[in-house]
Amino acid sequence: MFLAKSQQSAETAGQSIADAPEMPAARGATWITGVWAAGVWLLAAAISRFIPDIDDFERTNLLADIMAGIGVVFVILALGSRFSGVRPPERARSVGPWFLLLAVVLAVWELLTAKFALLPRPFFAAPQGLLEVFTDDYPRLVESVWHSLRLLAGGYAIGAAIGFVAGVAIGWSRRVGYWAHPVLRLIGPLPATAWLPIAFFAFPSSHSASTFLIALATAFPVTVLTWSGIASVNRAYYDVARTMGASQSFLVLKVAIPAALPSVFVGLFMGLGASFSVLVVAEMMGVKAGLGWYMQWAQGWAAYANMYAALLVMALMCTGLITLLFRLRDRLLAWQKGIVQW
Amino acid sequence: MVAAAFRVVADAGASVEVLKVSHRFDLHGKPLPVLEDVSFRVEPGGFVALLGPSGCGKSTLLRLVAGLEPPSRGALSANDAPIDGPDPSRVLMFQDPTLYPWRTVRNNAALGLEARGLKHSHSPRVDKALRLVGLTNFADAYPHQLSGGMAQRAALARALVNDPELLLLDEPLGKLDSMTRITMQGELVSLWERSGFTALLVTHDVEEALFMAQRVIVLSDRPARVRADVPVDLPYPRHRGHSRLADLRREVLRLLGLDGTW
Ligand SMILES: Nc1ncnc2c1ncn2[C@@H]1O[C@H](COP(=O)(O)OP(=O)(O)OP(=O)(O)O)[C@@H](O)[C@H]1O
Ligand SMILES: [Mg+2]
Repeated sequence: MFLAKSQQSAETAGQSIADAPEMPAARGATWITGVWAAGVWLLAAAISRFIPDIDDFERTNLLADIMAGIGVVFVILALGSRFSGVRPPERARSVGPWFLLLAVVLAVWELLTAKFALLPRPFFAAPQGLLEVFTDDYPRLVESVWHSLRLLAGGYAIGAAIGFVAGVAIGWSRRVGYWAHPVLRLIGPLPATAWLPIAFFAFPSSHSASTFLIALATAFPVTVLTWSGIASVNRAYYDVARTMGASQSFLVLKVAIPAALPSVFVGLFMGLGASFSVLVVAEMMGVKAGLGWYMQWAQGWAAYANMYAALLVMALMCTGLITLLFRLRDRLLAWQKGIVQW
Repeated sequence: MVAAAFRVVADAGASVEVLKVSHRFDLHGKPLPVLEDVSFRVEPGGFVALLGPSGCGKSTLLRLVAGLEPPSRGALSANDAPIDGPDPSRVLMFQDPTLYPWRTVRNNAALGLEARGLKHSHSPRVDKALRLVGLTNFADAYPHQLSGGMAQRAALARALVNDPELLLLDEPLGKLDSMTRITMQGELVSLWERSGFTALLVTHDVEEALFMAQRVIVLSDRPARVRADVPVDLPYPRHRGHSRLADLRREVLRLLGLDGTW
């Protein structure tokens, strides 16, 4: 929720910056942000290309080419709108300011590391160092992502399913609630990683142990929020259905669960966040695959560029999965639009 | 089966018997008597209005008749069988529309059919009910896209779709503007005449009660007792300007302790 909100406000903020100067967008108006972005990207490309590296980097030219390529795209977008009168696409306009900032950051980063080495060397990697990881070590990165996703998906699916069923049962049945509540209160707040030594000892493989831990971390928030969603369903909804002859299973499946769904999604969101942290810890501690393991391994070799590259990939993976979850929610809870504004 | 579902005969209504019913709630640990020794009977196909001050226990009484709660004391029966739980033949239209926000108007209206597994065989009834309340164009809208009055009409459609023997109406027209209200009063009466269900209508509105019902039961302040049972001896269709209605109105207002105010 918080995420969606901040994302959106960032977007609108970006838009207002981008739109403000050229809002009229009359035929032939210059897209000033686009011109600036083009200029700085080309400048960054020139810096990479023509100032000699302090060390021998393999991918400096590729980096410069990519920067120049992005610069050219912005030139086309900006000039295209200047001469043809076609407005640059909405999407480009909204991300324009961000690309401008990105170019500045990259240029400064390039100068501080690859060109003048003003930052402590092995620890602060150069942009082309990261690029080199992506071009040369991508098979291992792809494999790591695949392993991480597989482990995460298995654990998360199990945890979400168990949490959902448990939450519905606790919220619906007083008897289940009586027995489950104290257990949940005792075990739930415990970080799943606290089980790590026991899990790796008790389970036959590190993979199954990690699946268990991820499922555990996911299940707790999903259970609690499903439960609270079910418990806070408007009683009148049940009366309406009962007076028309609804059975118990209808009340659960067609009344309680749909009404609790918004809350369930908050739980799924929190569970996903918790599962990420357990995934990384598990991969660093015992599983011999995945992005966490890759980072651990890179650190062992003082391959900091690899570490940052893996970190970046991990960030993209996590945000991608959260976005996916939000898409699913927006689809299932389309009826909520207008009640809750994002 | 299908023919039975589209009854138009006048014997489709259930009789209702409320016998010495008292009810109390627990409010902050103290008993709150709401109904006190309420008794009345409604013949099959009858139309009875319940009139009483706010908070006297009218909605509670309808909930008891619907079988949503058992009374603290006394007995209720429908068709001479004790009421011991909700039944789709007795449909309560609640004071709040309480539409399900995750369902479209059409699917809200279809709720009763779906609950009984009749959704597919009886789906034309949903369209018929929506047409009746004038919501055909909003069949695919979600409740948050409706006005208060439209939501109440959707709730009415949801009740009517079940083709009840006993329709319990808890201020069904309370949120409508006065023009729609007058139209809907007429619509409800003609629907009742055509379908033959028994109707028990709770309302605040003396005119509405007198215009629609065959009998008006006037309840006292909380705890509610039956203060008077006023027959409205006028044939349908009624004329709002009828002098007999004006006389009855004065009498009912007096029973409610409001004689000086009109
Ligand atoms: N579930 C409940 N628990 C405790 N008290 C209740 C409950 N439901 C209703 N009451 C009380 O019972 C009394 C009667 O309520 P009820 O809803 O039947 O009134 P009403 O006649 O329908 O009023 P109105 O015309 O304003 O709708 C009120 O004083 C209310 O506070
Ligand atoms: Mg009421």
